[in-house]
Amino acid sequence: MKEVIIGIPIQWYIFLSIALFCIGVLGVLFRRNAIVIFMCIELMLNAVNLLMVAFSRYLGDTGGQVFVFFVMVVAAAEVSVGLAILMMIYRNTKSTDIDTLNRLKW
Amino acid sequence: MLLSQYIFLFLSFVAIISALMLVLDKNPVHSVLYLIITFFAIAGHYLLLNAQFLAVVHIIVYAGAIMVLFLYVIMMLNLNKDIEPHKKNIPKVAAAVAAGLLLLSLTALVNGAEVNMLPAARNSNIGLMDNLGKTLFKEYMLPFEISSILFLSAMVGAVFLSKKEIH
Repeated sequence: MKEVIIGIPIQWYIFLSIALFCIGVLGVLFRRNAIVIFMCIELMLNAVNLLMVAFSRYLGDTGGQVFVFFVMVVAAAEVSVGLAILMMIYRNTKSTDIDTLNRLKW
Repeated sequence: MLLSQYIFLFLSFVAIISALMLVLDKNPVHSVLYLIITFFAIAGHYLLLNAQFLAVVHIIVYAGAIMVLFLYVIMMLNLNKDIEPHKKNIPKVAAAVAAGLLLLSLTALVNGAEVNMLPAARNSNIGLMDNLGKTLFKEYMLPFEISSILFLSAMVGAVFLSKKEIH
């Protein structure tokens, strides 16, 4: 198989992953809609996945790509349970604004 | 510049711009659509990294399953308009500063390292299904089984949580 990847430094992938992760962090801190916060968490998980695939490719090891599968499993489980919790919150408060849940702070 | 570098820059541009739009757009439905664009750009990165099977799985799981779940919940909750109340400016500025500082510190951490160009691939088809399957079912057999239990408990939990209480 012809290699297409040669010529991209691994630093580029690290910087891209940092940028995506920080955008996810920004979204979690910035937004108040709980669904959008879930999406930003997905974005952060994907930034980590991308970094793991890049390193597995660079080191020639399949372990990194297998771990991406486990991250996907955890993300799917997290989303299903989280959205169910969100539905319950909406049913009780008629809103997905996380500021209505500030009783959880104390 | 090589062709692969141009492809990398294009995919990164698409991913970062759509991720920013995901955060900044007020409408949750638009946010989901921007997240799907980001996922496709990341799948393109996987293809560029010779992780073909992972790219396909990524599109099926994320764009196919998780995003449909998000859209379904948004439609059920009827959130397809801007319901987000206006927020005070101080938390927004604080959030932007915090994320910017995180970006700065992580970038500074990596910045000093020497640039390692990719060595010629030792094994160019590690992303293919048979290699991944062998690793998954030999070295990672126990985590695989445990993740099935995790899925089962997540399924039970989701059903239990979304059940209406009977008084």
